[in-house]
Amino acid sequence: MNDLIETILESFQTLTLNKMRTGLAILGIVIGIGSVISLISLGQAGQKSIENNIQSLGSNLLTVMPSGTRSGAVSGAMGGGESLTLDDAKAIESTTKITTINYVSPELRRRSQVTAGRNNTNTQIIGVYPSYPIIRKINMANGVFINQSDVNSMKKVAVLGPQVVESLFGTGVTNVTGQTIRIAGQQLKIIGTTVSKGGSGFQNQDDVIYVPLSTAQKQLFGINYLSSIAVEAKSSQVMESARNEIGYFLLDRHKLSDPTTADFSILSQSDILDTASQVTGTFTALLGGIAAISLLVGGIGIMNIMLVTVIERTREIGLRKALGAKKKVIITQFLVESIILTFTGGILGMIIGVIVSFILTKTMNLPFAVSLSSIFLAIGVSGAIGIIFGWYPAKKASDLQPIEALRYE
Amino acid sequence: MIKVKNISKIYKIGTVESVAVSDVSFEIKKGEYVAIMGPSGSGKSTLMHILGILDQPTSGDYFLDGQKVSQLTEDEAAEVRNHKIGFIFQAFNLLPRTTALQNVILPMKYADIPKEERAEKAKKYLKMVGLEDRMEHTSNQLSGGQQQRVAIARSLIMNPAILLADEPTGNIASAQADEIMKIFEKLNNQGHTIIMITHEADIAKHAKRIIHIRDGKIEKDEKIRK
Repeated sequence: MNDLIETILESFQTLTLNKMRTGLAILGIVIGIGSVISLISLGQAGQKSIENNIQSLGSNLLTVMPSGTRSGAVSGAMGGGESLTLDDAKAIESTTKITTINYVSPELRRRSQVTAGRNNTNTQIIGVYPSYPIIRKINMANGVFINQSDVNSMKKVAVLGPQVVESLFGTGVTNVTGQTIRIAGQQLKIIGTTVSKGGSGFQNQDDVIYVPLSTAQKQLFGINYLSSIAVEAKSSQVMESARNEIGYFLLDRHKLSDPTTADFSILSQSDILDTASQVTGTFTALLGGIAAISLLVGGIGIMNIMLVTVIERTREIGLRKALGAKKKVIITQFLVESIILTFTGGILGMIIGVIVSFILTKTMNLPFAVSLSSIFLAIGVSGAIGIIFGWYPAKKASDLQPIEALRYE
Repeated sequence: MIKVKNISKIYKIGTVESVAVSDVSFEIKKGEYVAIMGPSGSGKSTLMHILGILDQPTSGDYFLDGQKVSQLTEDEAAEVRNHKIGFIFQAFNLLPRTTALQNVILPMKYADIPKEERAEKAKKYLKMVGLEDRMEHTSNQLSGGQQQRVAIARSLIMNPAILLADEPTGNIASAQADEIMKIFEKLNNQGHTIIMITHEADIAKHAKRIIHIRDGKIEKDEKIRK
């Protein structure tokens, strides 16, 4: 043990003799470990951000979507069908057969051009019921949300998300209630605006306009079906039974006996989460893989340097063997050197990787988190690289015949 | 002490065989001071490598201290070298950038001698070769003669059965060479067995017995009367 410490100290001395070479050898590992850590952290931050977004859409949420229209054996894309109606939504809410749900929100989504004065934008219009903000966790910044009487009397009113307010009325404008906008040739009065939910890209909840469902169906788009029915289950424990109850209830209503022919599908938040996680997980693995290649290159660099060192120190190795050093002693000496190289590189790379991922996540507005596992990974992997890529040069050194080594000039 | 029986060493380069040592036999007793002398290419260096177990003979037997050492594994040979043979090389072969003290300590590390004892013992031997005020000097801060004296201290540290010196004065000034020869004489008087390889008759005559080698064979084996 004492001897090992001494060997480590000796190796440090040897390595500091040629600082330039040692530094360059370490650099490969620093870059390798640094990129592995920063890219994996970045991938994980992206994953976390998407998960947060989806969570913010509402918990315990089930979404019933129409399946594609069937013509013979060919079925269209999910969500494109017309099989769900307002009556389906009302029936789900009023039936006594479904006991595990709280709220039902029928929804119609369409993209449309919207104008206010001389400004115009293309955004998502959602025809909603008053249950929508409860289920989707939407809060009001100004004014009120759409109520039941708005829906019943098909009122031409609208509630705007903050991003739409910004694109139609300019940055910094907050209170726009009372003003009017035009959608599909109809004039609608703004009765409220929502609080930002900070979503981006995937289902951005700030870039929407809410209108009463009846207004959307009859006055704006002239259609009588729904894009989806959102249902809030009583708790996360009863999600599965709620899904089954709704499924069988709707099959019955649509007069279908075989679940495989269902003209709708039911997604839970966890389904969406799983899909999104899978995608970002694959992405993270890909990034990590690319970074791992640079780590491999760094390892080969270490091997190269160690082979040169062995050749340079042939006489020293020969002398040590002549004085009684066994193979094991020589192997240990050179392995310790290569492990010190890669380990130092690993620790430096880890620090740089954490700093880089901190800067990147801050500039990209992603949650910053360095997992403990990636730190252990960095330390473990760099040590392992030292052993793997140091082994061959160390073995080569120990196999030198003392006589050959002493003769070497 | 040393018994060499019909030792040959043949090098094969491609299909060409070259005989470096040919059927050599001799004995060296404890306490002897022997010079192995011959011109370059005579096979004396090969013989020295075999005696030092740095190389294995192609055929024949070599007994050191009663132990047959001609067919040892690498690690076994390393152990025998560590315990029974003290090497003194023409080029000194000290570790560079390492202090005289650490150089003398080196063989004790390989013998697993307790750490506490090492420095004490090394200092004693450095004092014996007259370098008590140079112990913390690194090898490149020492003169040739001083380096060779460090090497002598190192060769003695494990109290070996024989001292093998390969052209010990080949790389140092003649005044310092005389000093080295005096140390050898003193060591021999204390009972150490010394085998010295040289091509210089002046150096060889310091020994008590000279084995003349030519073309891989013993030409003459003479006792020197003083």
